[in-house]
Amino acid sequence: MIRFEGVHKWFKKLHVLNDIHLHVKQNETVVVCGPSGSGKSTLIRTINRLEPIDQGKLVVDGFDLTDRSFDINKLRAEIGFVFQQFNLYPHLTALKNITLAPIKVRGMARKEAEDLATALLERVGLAEKRNVYPAQLSGGQQQRVAIARGLAMKPKIMLFDEPTSALDPEMIGEVLAVMRHLAHTGMTLVVVTHEMGFAREVADRVVFMDHGAILEEATPDEFFLNPQHDRAKQFLKQILTPMHCEM
Amino acid sequence: MLKYEFDWSVVTSGQYYDWIVSGLYLTIQLSAVSIVLAFLLGLLIAVMRMSSVKPVKWIAHGYLEFFRNTPLLVQIFFWYFGSYKILPQSVNDWLNSTNFEFAAAVIALTIYTSAFIAEDIRSGVLSIPKEQMEASRSGGFSYLRSMQYIILPQAVRITIPPLIGQFLNLTKNSSLAMTIGVAELTYQARQVEAYTFKGFEAFTAATLVYVALSIIITALVTLYSKKVLHRTG
Repeated sequence: MIRFEGVHKWFKKLHVLNDIHLHVKQNETVVVCGPSGSGKSTLIRTINRLEPIDQGKLVVDGFDLTDRSFDINKLRAEIGFVFQQFNLYPHLTALKNITLAPIKVRGMARKEAEDLATALLERVGLAEKRNVYPAQLSGGQQQRVAIARGLAMKPKIMLFDEPTSALDPEMIGEVLAVMRHLAHTGMTLVVVTHEMGFAREVADRVVFMDHGAILEEATPDEFFLNPQHDRAKQFLKQILTPMHCEM
Repeated sequence: MLKYEFDWSVVTSGQYYDWIVSGLYLTIQLSAVSIVLAFLLGLLIAVMRMSSVKPVKWIAHGYLEFFRNTPLLVQIFFWYFGSYKILPQSVNDWLNSTNFEFAAAVIALTIYTSAFIAEDIRSGVLSIPKEQMEASRSGGFSYLRSMQYIILPQAVRITIPPLIGQFLNLTKNSSLAMTIGVAELTYQARQVEAYTFKGFEAFTAATLVYVALSIIITALVTLYSKKVLHRTG
């Protein structure tokens, strides 16, 4: 579904992606973790070409992203993207945030799109918030609407870029619950997160990055119980202090 | 000591009152048509100005510099006295059969004001976080569709206060149309003064009508932005 082959990217002189090789299969959930500045957000943003790559090959759903001749909007319509800061459209109600792309990009009838949005809002537990503006929602609620917005396009892939990092602790659970449910429905997911409990429970594979390179790629059990790389051991030790007891 | 007999009846009843009212109607028509057109043209120029296509950007930039930096009165004279010299005879015949004074005034007011509106809207767009564009592009919207559905609606909401200022300027600037014979409010007040020598009354009436008109425009736009656009504050 997603295949990185020797991908490199630079921001000026900073080597943000260094020889990335990664294959995400259909229906798989891959969690990407690593210290901040390790390139994990850049990695996930290359998948829908929010960040173009400089070298190597990246194929997503059969499209070669270095090929400039195909319509990127077609591919993006198949990929849901959930941001750390939610990025809901503040001038639209929750319902309209969800129906806008299905109606305008997919050409779906308004009634059909609204039924779909209502069903999705129910699924993320926000049926009663359909006519509310984003500013009136809590962070956790906004993020759940953002997930529903992504799902409304019936995407083949969902990308999550630190979806819980901007949330108050008590709201993290409700967002993770929605993502957990998605993983179980067989959606292809790539998740950048520090939620190691989620990684351990839901991920098929965990990818550990540092300084733009993938240092480790393993099943959750292998990664958490027997990390190979020193940097990964150190990272896990820091992040799994007793403060973070969701393990 | 000045001896001046105030006679407010010249502007509150009779033929001169009718002149003032007909002037008001024309001012409203002139302003309303020009406000709508200037806003739409301003949106277009703003988007062109931010385009990544260089020639498009340059055209918009040239348009802005040109029309913001020349006096409105010169532009009105240009469209009215200048443009027909370069147009074909058939077009001129048609223009003369229509209300060309009105059309020339609308063209000048629209183009002049659109240049200012475009810059206001552009500054509104620049204040929208770039993540909004990322979110809409991720949703499969093209750049222009993102502008249309996500960025510009937000930018316009932010731009409401300066936009009201531009609408008021346009309405007041419409008085310059009297110079090419559009019988709007100022023209009619001048007429009343010429016929009655009651200049104080005539222009006081015109002044009060402009004030009322400005307050109404401000109230309508504010109401629209609150009730329909759900703008807060």
